[in-house]
Amino acid sequence: MQTNRIIIEPGRNEKNYWRDLWLFRELFYILSWRDIKVRYKQTVIGAAWSVIRPLLTTIIFTIVFSRLAKLGARPGVPYAILVFAGMLPWQFFANALSEASNSLIGNANLVSKVYFPRMIIPASSVITSLVDFGISFLLLLGMCVFYQYVPDIKILLLPVFVLLALTAALGVGLFITALNVKYRDFRYIIPFIVQIGLYISPVGFSSSVVPEKWRLWYSLNPMVGIIDGFRWCILGEPMHGSAFMISILITFLFVALGIYYFRKTEKSFADNI
Amino acid sequence: MLTIFDSSHMSDTVIKVEGLSKRFIISHEKRERYTSLGDVLTRRVKELFNNNASTQRETHEEFWALKDVEFEVKRGDRLGIIGRNGAGKSTLLKILSRITEPTKGRISIEGRVASLLEVGTGFHPELTGSENIFLNGAVLGMSRAEIKIKFDEIVAFAEVERFLDTPVKRYSSGMYVRLAFAVAAHLEPEILIVDEVLAVGDAQFQKKCLGKMEDVSKNEGRTVLFVSHDLNAISSLTKKVVVLKNGSVSMFDETIKSIAHYQADFRKPEAFIALAEKLSKPIYIKNVRVCNADEQDQTSFLYTESVAFEFIIEINDERIKCDLFVMVLDAKKRTVFALESNQISKKMKIILDPSYLVRGNYSISVLINQPKIGPVDEVEDVCSFEIIDNGSQMLKHGDYDYGSVFGKGKWMLS
Repeated sequence: MQTNRIIIEPGRNEKNYWRDLWLFRELFYILSWRDIKVRYKQTVIGAAWSVIRPLLTTIIFTIVFSRLAKLGARPGVPYAILVFAGMLPWQFFANALSEASNSLIGNANLVSKVYFPRMIIPASSVITSLVDFGISFLLLLGMCVFYQYVPDIKILLLPVFVLLALTAALGVGLFITALNVKYRDFRYIIPFIVQIGLYISPVGFSSSVVPEKWRLWYSLNPMVGIIDGFRWCILGEPMHGSAFMISILITFLFVALGIYYFRKTEKSFADNI
Repeated sequence: MLTIFDSSHMSDTVIKVEGLSKRFIISHEKRERYTSLGDVLTRRVKELFNNNASTQRETHEEFWALKDVEFEVKRGDRLGIIGRNGAGKSTLLKILSRITEPTKGRISIEGRVASLLEVGTGFHPELTGSENIFLNGAVLGMSRAEIKIKFDEIVAFAEVERFLDTPVKRYSSGMYVRLAFAVAAHLEPEILIVDEVLAVGDAQFQKKCLGKMEDVSKNEGRTVLFVSHDLNAISSLTKKVVVLKNGSVSMFDETIKSIAHYQADFRKPEAFIALAEKLSKPIYIKNVRVCNADEQDQTSFLYTESVAFEFIIEINDERIKCDLFVMVLDAKKRTVFALESNQISKKMKIILDPSYLVRGNYSISVLINQPKIGPVDEVEDVCSFEIIDNGSQMLKHGDYDYGSVFGKGKWMLS
């Protein structure tokens, strides 16, 4: 007979936690399934919104950045695709971060009434954003067909960068959502950060525009390396290896910090939420 | 004689709670539970500059919701947990369910735990009944495959076949509760913890749930922990009861004994005390109280216990011949029966026969009656008391009105 013994003691860091994450693995996608289903209930257009939203944003961005900014266009590359290739990871990161940051508070009823490893909650909101990303990616492919632009073999490396973006969003998200339980300020700080991030990340412009002396500070933004990577895969834009390395480092730093802080404060979520 | 040593009895204890304590900190300032980062930073900065100033920090008060709780539960037990509101029952369940952490102490649990602390945890109002079955089941720990297999059973238990595709926000509260319990009832945990969820729902539903919990424990060997204020339900389902009082275990014993202990403690003596105006009467009722056969104040009785009343009569004129007429009233103030004494004295007591009144709330009216003349003094509808049914033949009929007394007669079949 299998003994499932659990000891509950103050401060005990359960080895069971990681086993529980596996036991509750279905919750990862069931919670995102729930969020996606609920999103379009009682709407008329329904799932079409997942396509219209990124499409509209791209159109607006293309107009704004090409007419007004004229930032770093390259010959042979349709500007729309240049912008979109940068916007795609950014939208994913921004959405994932916003959703993850509020996920614990938004699921307060679950946190206070039922047990499962709480990390599942922000993780599933990142997965929901991944679904949106998938749809936008199809849109990108559509645009390539439209502009008759054929990306080269490097595009197969794209999943690596997607994974990186996912990790970055998860790392920061875990950290922020744990903080948010106790200090509700972060609910207001996040949209602000996302706004600023949009302008200091190479979404509307290409990294080559940034002058050499600012390059280091600029690269501290983890999304810089990731967006550059996306552009490299899709368009062949040259990448700065060192900047990329810094991005990866910062991403993993955030993940470690996020997981550490989350686990540390997890036990008191139910008391504070 | 052959003795077979059964090793399964060695690890018979599935839950062992030792020295469990839980502390909450209450702060006495306008500070809210969710702090603003700005406040924290401002305060810290102020403290930096104010070395000698008494920090205007809020005074912390410690509130111990649980203090040194200890008990053990064996496999297949059905344990009840009772106590006044605020005694710590829900906190105890939350800790057992790993939702919150203890401050001190140790708990050892063997087996998968499923907790029903609230009806419809995780239900989303926009999703349909069947979607919520999957959602709720997953949240409670069932795998998709498991839910698929049990889907029809769950729907049948909940009796919501027709409404499976309607969003749950359109359900009546009864349907909602039935569906929520139906999912939880089909979990197969080794240990099931249920917290007062049965308070919602009609008698038929409660009966169904209690039946299922009993079934799960008797026939499948699972352990059930059940918190409720409904002493009838507790006494019919459980074998042992933990009584919590102000965070500590005040009793841990067989159900009947624990309930008696709880009731004795929980007294509401609604004794009657005469007002001064009556002094002019030749004879009047000064004091009436309800108690048990040992003259201790008691207001909640098992149906097998004797209810007693004590009367203090002030006799100013010894010559008057009267008797005491006592009427037992039901909750609707109808007279159930009456008793009459032949004489009167300064202190009188009557002990009612046990196993006569059915479960419910009662009170009494008392008269001093002068034969052929009429009542001299009267006290109406005092001393409310309660009869609790912990296992009579009628218990299974729940709320149904089967009268006020247990009938006596002989069945003859041919």
